[in-house]
Amino acid sequence: MINLDLYAPLMLPKEELFTSGHRACQGCAEALAVRIVCKALGRNSIVAMATGCMEIVSSPLPTTAWQIPWIHVAFENAAAVASGVESGLKALMRKGRLPHKKITIAGMAGDGGTADIGLQALSGAMERGHDMIFVCYDNEAYMNTGIQRSSATPFGASTTTSPAGKVKAGQETWKKNMPEIMAAHGIPYVATACSAYPIDLYEKVKRAALVKGPAYVHCLSVCPTGWRIPSGDAIRYGRLAVETAAFPLYEVIDGKYQLTFDSPKLKPITDYFKGQGRFRHLTPEAVARIQERITRDYEKLRAKCENVNK
Amino acid sequence: MTKPADQFKWQELTVGFVIPEPGTAREYHTGDWRSTHPVWDEKKCIKCGRCWVFCPDMAVFQKADQYFTMNPDYCKGCSICSRECPTEAITMLEGK
Amino acid sequence: MTEPSRKKIGVEVSIAVSEAVKQCDVDVVSAYPITPQTHIVEHLAELVAQGELDAEFVPVESEHSAMSVCAGSVAAGARTFTSTASQGLALMAEIVYCVSAMRLPIVMVVANRSLSSPLSIWNDHSDAMMVRDSGWIQVFVENGQESYDHIFWCFRVAEDEKSLHPVMLNMDGFILTHTIEPIEYWEDEMVKKYLPPFQPKFRLHPEHPLTMGAFGPPEIFTECKKAQDQALIATMPVIEKAWEEMEKICGRKYSAVETYRAEDAKTLLVTMGSFSETARVAIDEMRETGEEIGLVSLRLWRPFPFEKFRNAVKNAENLIVIDRAMVFGGPGGPVASEIRSALYSGKKRPRIVNFIAGLAGRDVQPDDFYQMVQHAKTKIKDGTEDEYEIYGVRE
Repeated sequence: MINLDLYAPLMLPKEELFTSGHRACQGCAEALAVRIVCKALGRNSIVAMATGCMEIVSSPLPTTAWQIPWIHVAFENAAAVASGVESGLKALMRKGRLPHKKITIAGMAGDGGTADIGLQALSGAMERGHDMIFVCYDNEAYMNTGIQRSSATPFGASTTTSPAGKVKAGQETWKKNMPEIMAAHGIPYVATACSAYPIDLYEKVKRAALVKGPAYVHCLSVCPTGWRIPSGDAIRYGRLAVETAAFPLYEVIDGKYQLTFDSPKLKPITDYFKGQGRFRHLTPEAVARIQERITRDYEKLRAKCENVNK
Repeated sequence: MTKPADQFKWQELTVGFVIPEPGTAREYHTGDWRSTHPVWDEKKCIKCGRCWVFCPDMAVFQKADQYFTMNPDYCKGCSICSRECPTEAITMLEGK
Repeated sequence: MTEPSRKKIGVEVSIAVSEAVKQCDVDVVSAYPITPQTHIVEHLAELVAQGELDAEFVPVESEHSAMSVCAGSVAAGARTFTSTASQGLALMAEIVYCVSAMRLPIVMVVANRSLSSPLSIWNDHSDAMMVRDSGWIQVFVENGQESYDHIFWCFRVAEDEKSLHPVMLNMDGFILTHTIEPIEYWEDEMVKKYLPPFQPKFRLHPEHPLTMGAFGPPEIFTECKKAQDQALIATMPVIEKAWEEMEKICGRKYSAVETYRAEDAKTLLVTMGSFSETARVAIDEMRETGEEIGLVSLRLWRPFPFEKFRNAVKNAENLIVIDRAMVFGGPGGPVASEIRSALYSGKKRPRIVNFIAGLAGRDVQPDDFYQMVQHAKTKIKDGTEDEYEIYGVRE
């Protein structure tokens, strides 16, 4: 019997709206995420992007990797800029200065531009109800400036500003739960995704684009450079993050939670940590503590989801 | 064809440094970065497209005969295609 | 030529300014409230709520986002207005610099107010001076009528295809924003004649997929900055033309550098903003006692009108420059420093005496100008004119 799922990639549009020639590192699963997201957004869209890896690698003058209209202004304001584009187009179309047309507006930022420095602008844009998508490409640290910790860096990970040393075991705080913060804004659509699951990512961005009002997609984007893994393993580690529930995939549609990937038996977190340089220093005690937290968080999430057997 | 950045005079820059042409990054060939390259064994290939969908550099394409191969202008040699191939049809070889 | 309307109505200047913004038929207003700018944005919100102005009013969560929303909306091709002051301008300063380099023609009213700390809500020019080098066209007004007239001017100068620069209208907080003045409104027909519709050179739209705000590697950054500098300097003819056309429309004549009783004056006061009005009263009084004194009022701050300024002061022996901002540990006030630079290469240079006065709303009356002139004379006699003085400070 043919496993049709295996052939699912062929269903995605062939057109590339994020082009070759971008300067992302080898095996950058964030560049892959941008590629898939752009496929889902389609040509009738405008992107406002924060300063960060994807901005730098895609736009060094005089060339651009973007096939769709794109604007970058600064680090912390992608959501505000996107909301301005949306407001401008809305007014111009209403006043007859531009023909009416459905244009999808997407703000994009890394985990720093979303969960840290960009959180206020994002919260404001979501609260104001603009018809826009915001995509967070979460590679779990400030990779562009050299792997410094962010609030999205997982507990225990060693970064250049949360280094593992004789008295410290890397990041000492738990990963900020951005999707929950967005869901708490009461916006109509929130999802988590990962570029290791490109069809799922594509479909979620498609759904986000159809929503009237603000939508938020939080995409785990494996960074071989920052996670200290071989570039060829970028997809495998994305899958392991989901399969261990270090990064569960789910949607919150009009307040209703549903898991998009539910494993009857989670893989142990050690499967995910093994081979990642950023976790290499962790003691068995630290790993056990992280495992306990991940299991508990996952059970809490499952309890909220309406599509799982409890 | 765009000139390299270090050949622009100030008078030649667009208003607001806008890049009016889309997708011009294609003129920059990241294939130079490669130290290993993928080779497809078409006997094993089932044409599922996983190598294509997971390429972060849009450097895998489908040929007229439906088999896949890499674009040497852009393939950075990351080996994701090789690792993700369900039939192990792609081997990474040393060199460009 | 349209016959100028001559009917004046008593109105708070902030309200008049918002009415002018409405008459410009803006598409997007985005602002965060801050004293003393609040009446401007409140009134604009009211006009939108009442359906009198068809615009998106975007009530953002900070000034940083206000300027960011403006960047997005003007990049989409929408006529865009914002207003702020003081700490708000400080918070948005990062984006203030971005939008000028990106050539996004936003119009912003700054209701000038001092910068913390200590916290103060009152008027001086420290906020404007903080963004002096941001690449915006920056203009100062003296009274309510000028504030109102210059809203039309700002949009015209900003959006002109030969300009495409953001424009900052500086009006003194409270002194202008909260004062009721007799103001002559323009008929809508006059606005229509004066201000053409905004036709952006580039706009974000799927029909023309372009990249805005690209990254500048070291090999090209210097060329970008040269181009930006030259573009700002090249707005001067657009600026001048916009004032000339305004005179034809409403009969009021404005210029980058304005003088009052200056032709035969040995000593010239140099001021910016609402000080200029008070200074004129002081000059009239001093002239009656035989003082050979006049005024140079600097209206255009960026691009700096070098030629016009040098010409205006060419016969003077003494300039008394009155600043409304500090340059800590520096050579004096920012305007005085600028003027020294502007005149240094000249063969005949006037003496420059610098006072810093009116910080954070400290009142400056005509008599204070008289006192500053007397202090200046003493300083010149003592040979200490190079030392700036904070006028009226208790010590």
